[in-house]
Amino acid sequence: MIDIFQEIWSAIGRNKLRTALTGFAVAWGIFILIVLLGAGNGLINAFLLNANERALNSVKVYPGVTSIAYEGFDKGRWVGLEERDLHIVANSFPDIVGEVSAQLSSSETRTICYKQDYTTAMLMGFHPAQERIEKVKMVKGRYINEIDIEKKRKVVVLSDKAEEILWKKGENPLGEYVSIDGFSYKVVGIYEVDRSMGFDNAVIPFTTMQVIYSKGLYLDNYVFTTNGLTSVEANDAFEAQLRKKLGEAHKFDPADNSAVYFWNRMTQYLQTQTGNAMLNTALWVIGLFTLVSGIVGVSNIMLITVKERTREFGIRKALGAKPRQILSLVMAESIVITTLFGYCGMVAGIGVTELANYLIGNSVMDNGVGSASVFTNPTVDLSTAISATLTLVIAGTIAGFIPARKAVSIRPIEALRAD
Amino acid sequence: MAMIHLKDVNKTYNNGQPLHVLKGISLDIEEGEFVSIMGASGSGKSTLLNILGILDNYDTGEYHLAGTLVKNLSESKSAEYRNRLIGFIFQSFNLISFKNAMENVALPLFYQGVSRRKRNMMAMEYLDKLGLAEWANHMPNEMSGGQKQRVAIARALITKPQIILADEPTGALDSKTSVEVMEILKNLHKEDGLTIVVVTHESGVANQTDKIIHIKDGLIGSIEENLNHDASPFGQNGYMK
Repeated sequence: MIDIFQEIWSAIGRNKLRTALTGFAVAWGIFILIVLLGAGNGLINAFLLNANERALNSVKVYPGVTSIAYEGFDKGRWVGLEERDLHIVANSFPDIVGEVSAQLSSSETRTICYKQDYTTAMLMGFHPAQERIEKVKMVKGRYINEIDIEKKRKVVVLSDKAEEILWKKGENPLGEYVSIDGFSYKVVGIYEVDRSMGFDNAVIPFTTMQVIYSKGLYLDNYVFTTNGLTSVEANDAFEAQLRKKLGEAHKFDPADNSAVYFWNRMTQYLQTQTGNAMLNTALWVIGLFTLVSGIVGVSNIMLITVKERTREFGIRKALGAKPRQILSLVMAESIVITTLFGYCGMVAGIGVTELANYLIGNSVMDNGVGSASVFTNPTVDLSTAISATLTLVIAGTIAGFIPARKAVSIRPIEALRAD
Repeated sequence: MAMIHLKDVNKTYNNGQPLHVLKGISLDIEEGEFVSIMGASGSGKSTLLNILGILDNYDTGEYHLAGTLVKNLSESKSAEYRNRLIGFIFQSFNLISFKNAMENVALPLFYQGVSRRKRNMMAMEYLDKLGLAEWANHMPNEMSGGQKQRVAIARALITKPQIILADEPTGALDSKTSVEVMEILKNLHKEDGLTIVVVTHESGVANQTDKIIHIKDGLIGSIEENLNHDASPFGQNGYMK
């Protein structure tokens, strides 16, 4: 083993510049591969981070206008969502539907006053499940709970933005009372506002909203979690059934896609997943093609080396080198060159992605009303690095194979004649 | 059984026009003989040497080397036979340029799987035998032609082969070194009883051997016993050509 490495070392040492240039091509190929994959991961991770702000297995239902005449109703009829919808959804699909939360909002922003300070926010009536479905991040206190709903309590959950305005630093807003539209609400919690949406809401119990603003049975929209719908097909089938059930209740055609709208985050997520996988594949392909040019370089150089060393191989054969031994000598040289320089390229690539992670790893784009992550953790994981290394070894083997075969096919007499 | 036994060996090269180079060579060389093969260029002597050295194959006939039939061998097998049975000495030395004298001498043992320590030790022993112990760590390009050929001889001897095949061993040397190299071969024959076959077109070289086989147009012309090396002026005082 040591012998083989000494052979390779002396062979490499005889033409340092050539070996270095060849090695650079390989290192560059793997470097580009790693950097591309890192950049791709940055984009994908940012997608996922943005998507993770909400429960992925949730469907939101919005009201719409019918587009097909049905059971004596003309088309163009407004389909208002009602409180009974929540029971229909929960009871029709007990296996699929998890938690349900409805939204009822003030039609415009309201003024929230505390002592002499005030701010404005949309007033939202939600169910407790909203906290989990929308992954609300609580900073202080608690969210709306079941007892609030049952007793129609006048409690409010404010945003951290509102807290900043209404209270000085260090003051505890919990238990304080704010005034909204002349009603006093007890502050029970502070949540972190989702900066990618840019909305600043004051959240009160759904039932409280119903009573104070006389909304009757209607509601803006509702959202519920689903279980077991893991494929796009399953989601589509569920949506069709749901539309049929709602159609029975609201008297619209089950084929009428504009009567109610569904925003199915699971479907969206699955599509994004497919997109991410395609992006990842595309990056691998581009990276591998870059690497191929390096591999061709190695193969080329090995061919020249074999040509140059024809006489030497002839001598070795005359002295008793078996074809297999000549083959492994050339192959080993090729593998060592690709692996060694490829490793350097990989380390450099990982270095650059880590540097990028340090500098712009949490890039957030401000889009005016909010902000969204555009580049998150643009690094490659260990498994990618390992598969890249494996790729290198395989590439080195392929690069060395043709030259090695050529070296083996040299007949000793011809080689000894060569000058 | 003879060390080398050739029976009606034919060889034709098919490079465009078929060229019948060896036209039925039958030859016996006994163990411990010191033989030269002489002939003009194109006579087929190099081809014969290549066949004897298992560097090339032949078409018809039989070749027994040390009792083994050498015919239609696989590349691996012929490599093994070359390694164990034959020691080569070439006109152009054929040392590996990026290895020092000791490594060059040790190379055949590498292909026998001998450990590095042991083969380097043996290489030193053989270099010492040929008076090159101080040159062990020198590269071939730092040595004179005679020194290089002595390294090559050490390399040929290290595997303790059955025969030594020398292809124009003095072809690239001056007259003085030629005499030195022939002296070495003669001593190997006399003291160690080695079987040595020298291919040459120099009468002086041939005159140093005990038997001269003349080849002409792919056939053996004559075999002359040459026990009195002083009968001819060739070979005396470096008069080789």
